Amino acid sequence: MATAIELSGITKRFPGVVANDQVNLTVEEGEIHAICGENGAGKSTLMKILYGMQQADSGTMKVHGREVRFVSPTEAIAAGIGMVHQHFMLADQLTVLENVILGAEPTKALGRIDFEKAREHLREVGQAYGLTIDPNDLIEELEVGERQRVEIIKVLYRGAKILILDEPTAVLVPQEVEELFRNMRGLKEDGATILFIDHKLDEVLAIADTITVLRDGKTVATVKPDEVTAHDLAELMVGSELPTPETTESTVTDQVALDVDSVTVLDEDERVLVDDVTFRIRRGEVVGIAGVEGNGQSELLDAILGTRPVHRGSIQLMGEDITLLPVRERRERGIGYIPQDRQQEGLLLTAPLWENAALGHQTKAPFAKGLFIDRAGSKERTEHIRDEFDVRTPNVDVHAHALSGGNQQKLIVGREMTAEPIVLLAAHPTRGIDVGAQGEVWDDIRLARSKGMATLLISADLDELIGLSDTIVVMLRGRLVATLDPAKVTPRELGAYMTGAKEGAA
Amino acid sequence: MNFGKLPAWLRWALYAAVGVLVLTIVQRFDETRSLTAAGSSQSMLRWAVPILLAGLGGLFSERAGVINIGLEGMMILGTWFGAWGAVVYGPWWGIVLAVAAGAVGGLLHAIATVTFGVDHVISGVAINILAPGITRFLSSEILTTLPGGSITQSPRVPGVGTFTLPILGGGSIGTWQSPDFFGWLASREIFLISDIASIAKGLVTRISWISLIALLLVPFTAWLLWRTRFGLRLRICGERPQAGEAQGINVYRFKYIGVVISGALSGLAGAFIASPELSGIYLEGQTTGRGFIGLAALIFGNWKPFGVLGGALLFGYPFGIGLRDLDGSASHSLILVNAIGLAAVAIWAATRGKRSDAVLALVLGLGAAAWYLTSDTLPDVWINILPFVIVLIVLVFFAQRLRAPAADGLRYRKGEN
Amino acid sequence: MNISRRILLTLAAPVVALIFALAMSSVVLIFSGSNPLEAFADMIGHASRLETMVDILNRATPLYIAGVAVAIGFRMNLFNIGVEGQYLLAALVAAHLGALVNLPGPLRILFILVVAMAVGGAYSGFAGVLKVTRGINEVISTIMLNAIAITGLIAYLIRQWQAGGGIQSGVGRVGTTPIPESGLIPNLNSVLEFFTREIRQGKQLTGVLVVAILVGIGYHVLVNRTRFGFDLRATGINPFAAQVGGVPAKRMVVSAMVLSGAVAGLVGMAEINHVGFFPANPIKGLGFTGIATALLGRNHPAGIILSALIFAFLDVSSGVLQFTGAASREIVVIMQGVIILAAVVAYEVASRARERQEAKSAAEALGDIKPSEEAA
Repeated sequence: MATAIELSGITKRFPGVVANDQVNLTVEEGEIHAICGENGAGKSTLMKILYGMQQADSGTMKVHGREVRFVSPTEAIAAGIGMVHQHFMLADQLTVLENVILGAEPTKALGRIDFEKAREHLREVGQAYGLTIDPNDLIEELEVGERQRVEIIKVLYRGAKILILDEPTAVLVPQEVEELFRNMRGLKEDGATILFIDHKLDEVLAIADTITVLRDGKTVATVKPDEVTAHDLAELMVGSELPTPETTESTVTDQVALDVDSVTVLDEDERVLVDDVTFRIRRGEVVGIAGVEGNGQSELLDAILGTRPVHRGSIQLMGEDITLLPVRERRERGIGYIPQDRQQEGLLLTAPLWENAALGHQTKAPFAKGLFIDRAGSKERTEHIRDEFDVRTPNVDVHAHALSGGNQQKLIVGREMTAEPIVLLAAHPTRGIDVGAQGEVWDDIRLARSKGMATLLISADLDELIGLSDTIVVMLRGRLVATLDPAKVTPRELGAYMTGAKEGAA
Repeated sequence: MNFGKLPAWLRWALYAAVGVLVLTIVQRFDETRSLTAAGSSQSMLRWAVPILLAGLGGLFSERAGVINIGLEGMMILGTWFGAWGAVVYGPWWGIVLAVAAGAVGGLLHAIATVTFGVDHVISGVAINILAPGITRFLSSEILTTLPGGSITQSPRVPGVGTFTLPILGGGSIGTWQSPDFFGWLASREIFLISDIASIAKGLVTRISWISLIALLLVPFTAWLLWRTRFGLRLRICGERPQAGEAQGINVYRFKYIGVVISGALSGLAGAFIASPELSGIYLEGQTTGRGFIGLAALIFGNWKPFGVLGGALLFGYPFGIGLRDLDGSASHSLILVNAIGLAAVAIWAATRGKRSDAVLALVLGLGAAAWYLTSDTLPDVWINILPFVIVLIVLVFFAQRLRAPAADGLRYRKGEN
Repeated sequence: MNISRRILLTLAAPVVALIFALAMSSVVLIFSGSNPLEAFADMIGHASRLETMVDILNRATPLYIAGVAVAIGFRMNLFNIGVEGQYLLAALVAAHLGALVNLPGPLRILFILVVAMAVGGAYSGFAGVLKVTRGINEVISTIMLNAIAITGLIAYLIRQWQAGGGIQSGVGRVGTTPIPESGLIPNLNSVLEFFTREIRQGKQLTGVLVVAILVGIGYHVLVNRTRFGFDLRATGINPFAAQVGGVPAKRMVVSAMVLSGAVAGLVGMAEINHVGFFPANPIKGLGFTGIATALLGRNHPAGIILSALIFAFLDVSSGVLQFTGAASREIVVIMQGVIILAAVVAYEVASRARERQEAKSAAEALGDIKPSEEAA
């Protein structure tokens, strides 16, 4: 077998960090090669270098034995490399065809696009890959899985023989993942070489021919899946023992903290997003919501927090109706919130940490005195959060964007926990942070739970959901379709409920 | 009215026909003739051309993802260089210089926003402050030395000339005076048909060559942006530049091109304003916000070339009427037209179950009707603000249906997601 | 990053912008056959006279108020392009009503100020309401509202009110009914003369300067010390996070626009109190220069003072060029434009440098140089 890609000694520095440190990687032709590593291990940077989006500071790259140096994706594409990004590189308002041909448009005289030819070529590639989407559809009309297929088609359209897939399974449910893997094997049979990034170990072991593990920007091992167990891989990735999100004993009490009764939420066009949802969370209880993204979970959280109006039904906090209260009053009464996208919803990136710590609690002591902000009190509290929740920062005056993702998340968790909420709404509380920080966040939630905090948890990480929750409810198309005991359910089963393949008692 | 299933051109033609029908009826009712007079449509076109050019300029810029409220400033550069060039070197050189000056203004905007990542609105404001400064300085240095020029105005500006379409509009071919079909039809006094012919007559009589260029730019822009490789690549920069970058497209270059074109077109608009078609002179402050109206036409037209044309004609129309309307009576009729328009919006909203919108439109429409019934003339100051009021009303009712390019106004830096 | 370095970076940008503007205008002057050194020397020499300083302060006063009005919006990422229309409309209505009512002096002064703030706030607040209820971008709506106010409402109202008892006689003295002397804010000549010498040439230091100082102090306290200011800034930095943090987003937009417009309403007070009525041909453009002032001053209460003084200096001291003939006075208009364009570019470059510095020093301070994909 010939070598498709050979990287040696790749180093890439960013201000303050070394993303890749003397990375070596060899990929054989026609294999599926997984790159594993924690968030921040340098996987994405390495792939961007290979695809010409970034340039290495030192090191050499060979493609099919020939030394190359890409200064832009154009050269990588010309060398037969294509990349599917984790965040889809698609324009919602453009058609499938326009998105696919972009940058590789067949043209007639005067730079006119030859749409006939393009459509014909797309049909050929699409048939080979099993794509059945109307090329004239706008991207915004497609489902997530379909968009991913468009991305892969886009790469194939350019005749790429080496495909880079950046965390392709992150946005998919287990059933969709299986379909993706089938397609990947089909591509491999057609002679394609596939490099893919993933950190879900069972998936990696199921599909990869070879696995390379990155840690702290260095290659730590290249192994075959039949030589290792998931546990070995995990240790390679982390360099130490993995934490597990398992709850010890039940701390559930009888006192109902949050009572959601027949809540219906509509969007601007009066489409139903949350459909007649009823559940209760008692003090000391963690209720997990499982569901494929876009089935109403975030909207339900928004409604409880108050950023989205409730169309029908009521929400009670400790027996008091809060359905019509504004966000501020709900927070003052004891609702805490860990948003799913910390930079989008949780932080003021260009404001100092102490102001970030005050955000959401700026009406109460120690952050406020009457109508004024208590700067001294705020800073003192922030220093307390820093020490208590191990937020690594030189001082509390630096801006939030200077912190790493994990430290930003710990700041948010600390901010919400020190306010001692009655109910915590936690959306993907450990998404995109490293394993160490992940374990700390789990510990924090467990500790607060034992003190009587009620938690509503949304997570795409099914292990996290099963490990932390006392009860799991499944949401599908805005409805609660099943209530499950986390002690008795497997991720696979949960996936079946989430896609509607299996039905249960709500 | 729901013409949603028809092809776009037919739909727009129908909208236009309905519009003319309304004008015709109002005109009969009000015993005036100027609403559909050839002279009115002729001056509508003259007022519409600079709005159209600025709007198309905005289209190129915003389709590439750069908001350009500096259109006004670039237009000001166009008026000065257009006038000065025409006076000193002749009318066509005036146009070349105006286009070049506008393009330089666009280049400045591109450097600030694309290379340095300055907020688009801020840079636009800065250019709108800088441009009149430059022209004022140039006037003090140069125009004052020309006979008939002063620090605020230029000598008379020669024009590039006009033409009249033969056969349809009665223009001549060589020495042969062709028949005047529209004129003949307009004189027949057939309900609606003669009114349409009269409007058409105005649109084919004594057209400036610049107007012709501006009108041809509409289909050309549509073709360029939606049918060519260049267009697709420019548009991706306004929708999702990272997707373009990932395919090896030089996003910066396309943004620069888009913004420079927008400056060039604004410059051309400026040259037209200073030309005999509208003013025949450079006068400080003569753009009077037309760059902004162009922006309004762009929004009204939902960031599409033919939509921009529609907006430009719609906004040019009241100016065209007001200009020839010495006693304010024809302008007065426009209040009724507006009331009818609002009633139509109310019906539209009601059929879609938007009750509050329907009520709001109805209240505004009744207000306009009441104003119409209790007055006889419309002071010219109101005509001047009509386009702005229309834009606000259109935005109030349709803002949610309009769709700016997704990455319009966002800062783009290579290598960032 | 240490404090001195931070200050250096903050100051470097505007200084570079000023130097760049000086260089650019020197080039222009040399090309047009003038001696830039001579011209600048004339301007500075002129400005060092007490009477010119009074003129500069008089010009800086409305500019500062306009700058603060714009800055209030900017702190929330709202572009109130409409200050221009707001201050003219507010001044017109306030002057007209101020002349009509029958109130004792100080109350009349207060009445005029309150009416001006109310009109400016209401007109600006309308744009805020359109934004939160209809999703109309305030840049677009305030541009439209500017045109409606200036070419429509004001042109119409002044015609009406001028006819109804306004001044129509005398060259250059055309406008609304004059406000009685007792209803005008007294000038500050005696205060200034206490520190310096007698002010000659009939120059008067505007009493509105006191209003401007109060506006500046109020702005600082409100934005930096109060919960409202915290909400305002939080919304400006990240509206989603602010909303999740309990900030009532819609109410904040309307409040900020109203507040910005209310301050804008005070811009025209300098002129009203100077001439005693709203003139048919008032000083225009302060709203747009106000945007420039806020930008150059970085929305900082003290920064705006400096930038207002710079713009006022350029405006006023350029007059001398006409007499000395050293250069065309119009060169300052170019300078103002170049300053503002250069300043926004310089600020952008500086803030990028600062971001990089901070990320680096935060990482270094911890000895925690970890590989990170997020740095990409």
